[in-house]
Amino acid sequence: MKLLKRKSDRIDELAAGAGEGGTSLAADALKRMARSPVAVVGAGVVALFVILSAIAPWIAPKDPFTRYPELRSELTPTNIPGPMPGFLLGSDQNGYDFFSRLLVASQQTLIVGVLATLLGLTVGMIIGGLAGALGGWVDSALMRLVDIMLSLPALLLAISIAALFREGSQWTVIIAVGTVSVPIFARLLRGAMLAQRESDHVLAATALGVRRRTVVFRHMLPNSLGPVIVQATLTLAAAIIEAASLSFLGLGDPSPRRAEWGLMLAQAQRHFEVKPELAFYPAAAIIIVALGFTLLGESMRESLDPKNRR
Amino acid sequence: MPLLDVRDLSVVFKRKGTAPFTAVDNVSFAVEPGQTVGLVGESGSGKSVTSLAVMGLLPKRGAHVTGSVNFDGTELLSLSMKELRNRRGRDLGMVFQDPMSSLNPVITVGRQISEVLQRHRGQDRKEADAGAVAMLDQVGIPDPARRVGEYPHQLSGGMRQRALIAIALACRPRLLIADEPTTALDVTIQAQILKLLADLVRGTETAMIMITHDLGVVAGLCDEVNVMYGGKIVERAERHRLFAEPRHPYTHGLLRSIPRLDAPRGEKLVPIKGSVVDNIPWEGGCAFAPRCPNALQRCRQVMPELEPEDARHLRCHNPVQPAAVAEGRAER
Repeated sequence: MKLLKRKSDRIDELAAGAGEGGTSLAADALKRMARSPVAVVGAGVVALFVILSAIAPWIAPKDPFTRYPELRSELTPTNIPGPMPGFLLGSDQNGYDFFSRLLVASQQTLIVGVLATLLGLTVGMIIGGLAGALGGWVDSALMRLVDIMLSLPALLLAISIAALFREGSQWTVIIAVGTVSVPIFARLLRGAMLAQRESDHVLAATALGVRRRTVVFRHMLPNSLGPVIVQATLTLAAAIIEAASLSFLGLGDPSPRRAEWGLMLAQAQRHFEVKPELAFYPAAAIIIVALGFTLLGESMRESLDPKNRR
Repeated sequence: MPLLDVRDLSVVFKRKGTAPFTAVDNVSFAVEPGQTVGLVGESGSGKSVTSLAVMGLLPKRGAHVTGSVNFDGTELLSLSMKELRNRRGRDLGMVFQDPMSSLNPVITVGRQISEVLQRHRGQDRKEADAGAVAMLDQVGIPDPARRVGEYPHQLSGGMRQRALIAIALACRPRLLIADEPTTALDVTIQAQILKLLADLVRGTETAMIMITHDLGVVAGLCDEVNVMYGGKIVERAERHRLFAEPRHPYTHGLLRSIPRLDAPRGEKLVPIKGSVVDNIPWEGGCAFAPRCPNALQRCRQVMPELEPEDARHLRCHNPVQPAAVAEGRAER
């Protein structure tokens, strides 16, 4: 939750790094990242997570949506079966194969995280881009809107948005989490664009009579993307945690046809004394994945920072 | 008829809560086709603001520009933004001070040239790309066919400035404004860039305004020199005349503060005392008076006008006498 609480000062600090560091220097940044153990660990975790979630349905040993009679037969309020042959981590509270569900849930988590981040990124970039390119009253109006959103705690805002929908679904979570990340992207891009507007090369392009549209899209925008890309990685980590939180609070899709770590965690609560692993594994998975994205994002930010460039 | 005729150009920066600041104060000068005119002065003398005003690059809000900038019969100050954009890059080119920050870091050098050719010449991408190679070749960048595909950070400082000149000259502008084009470069590279600019301008009808604080640059390149102080021109003369006989105490001081090879050993440089004052006190006297060794009572009471005198224009009540210049040299 902390991750989304980065407010203006943090954002402006990131935006300040926007002056330099563009696509042509991506190779340079990659090289620097390859030397940093933090980056390698982060990238490793993220890669593992992405690959696992992509192939999860095929490598899951059992069907995650079938209640197995051999598990159900032993299921009592005081006993949830542990590991047994064919069922690596035993049963969950409903008689599903716990390991398979855990594996397949990674897919759901990734989809929700990526879509929510994309939503926030797209809307945020449109708002920030307009504010940064046009300036004046457009900028003032859009930024006040963003300020209002930033003034509310992220999770509270996400819950309020999710509560607007009659019934919880995957899309509720995506829209709620995505909306919450809009102001960060908007502020970040706007700050970077404003810095670009004052830069020498934009003045030089203007002095050459380049059209306004071209100045914005070819000279200002590409030079402003660095911090936005970094923030997308960090936001992905936050989105995964937030999505899990919303599911945990019962604002997601409650259907057992869908496996999701936050929901698994929420439902495991009631059975914590019987089988604590039911809560432990989903929680650990959320933490590791969020940590992976955070490490990757932070190391990206460091290597893209012009102050660190030699 | 001059190509560029600047008359009574004033730029006043106004900001809420602060006193208006006059950066350029009734500046008039003219540039003939093929002529190179220097604007010389220390930081804050208004030389760069003058060039930005000519290009129409000052922000609309905050900067109040008055006077007239006539370019080949067109009043630039009253052009619409759209018309001005059509002129910039095509008729008016500008070379900036810092070649690294003036190039877009995420676009190849070649693209930054072809962009201008496509914009103003209506060329298609292919023609423009070929034009970019030709321009790089013309500004003396070796292996131009390879260099067009490179990014600014892959070029050396001198080459970046050459690329910047290539961009500014791509559409053969009739007026080139060079704003301290050599300040950010090594001394050896400085000479090369100045020679390049001179070569490119010489023999063509291209007029050039050279903005600099470096009198060495002026000596090598300019036909006519305008010395600026506190937003006003204080002395204007043909290059040789100015160097041989500086009449304004400020010009005299500038010349005395540069080291010379032919000076006797052990001779000390004479600095000009103080620095440019922030807000320009031309009202009620000469702005240079507080720093001027020749200042009279009158200098602190009546603002001197720029008047023709002795084949030059001079704004001074008590100019350095030609004999004193010679004497100053003899003292050395």
